[in-house]
Amino acid sequence: MGRVAFVLIAGIAVGSALGLVLKRNPIHAALFLVVNLGSVAVLYLTLGAQFLAVAQVAVYAGAIMVLFLFAIFVLIPGKEETGPDPRRAYRIMALPVGALLLLLLGFVVAVGTRGGAPAPAAPDGVEAIARLLFTDYLLPFEVTSVLLLAAMVGVLLLARRRTD
Amino acid sequence: MAPESWYLALSAVLFAIGVVGVIVRRDPLIIFMSIELMLNAANLAFVAFGHRLGSADGQAIVFFVMAVAAAEVAVGLAIIVAIFRLRRRLSVDDLSLMRW
Repeated sequence: MGRVAFVLIAGIAVGSALGLVLKRNPIHAALFLVVNLGSVAVLYLTLGAQFLAVAQVAVYAGAIMVLFLFAIFVLIPGKEETGPDPRRAYRIMALPVGALLLLLLGFVVAVGTRGGAPAPAAPDGVEAIARLLFTDYLLPFEVTSVLLLAAMVGVLLLARRRTD
Repeated sequence: MAPESWYLALSAVLFAIGVVGVIVRRDPLIIFMSIELMLNAANLAFVAFGHRLGSADGQAIVFFVMAVAAAEVAVGLAIIVAIFRLRRRLSVDDLSLMRW
């Protein structure tokens, strides 16, 4: 049952990722990415990471994708990919490179996960990650707030209109 | 439930698709989305490893990756908008100023 569900969700994830790469229209690509992020959130749920699943939907599928859609609406891109590609020969190289990378990663996964002891009882749920975030990872957690503030100020600086 | 190696295999597939997307596409927005795809694949691997090892550290790291990704997207999109204002075109092939 769990395996069938995994294969189903993984199929949705891979299909939407392919749609993201292959679709010409950036809005379609953004919506495919939302589907992909949602399916990965479901996979987080099956791994017992409830907090991350909710954060994935709220932060990625919510905030980040809205930002992407706003950027698409502002820029109205998609016209530059209609003409002939002057660097087509180089871009075709992406397929063997990607296949090789996939082969290597698959090899590592196959070798690295062979055998091994059965997993100990995972400390599932929100409590375990909350305890970690506010004890072991307290300093990075606070530094993250400074990072977000710096990003916000930087974005305001980059995106303002120059009036001088 | 499915074994963790399946999750790692899915993560590898998603990462490879993201890499191909970064190389193949010319639209910087879609390149950016492909980078998000790769980040997401790495996050999935983190959570799968954390589940296998029975610790929540993987989840904590994914939380930080999400925060950094949010900051990165905001800054990156601002840079793309600034470039678009300057050039009125949006193709990575035009941005060769820093190439030797």
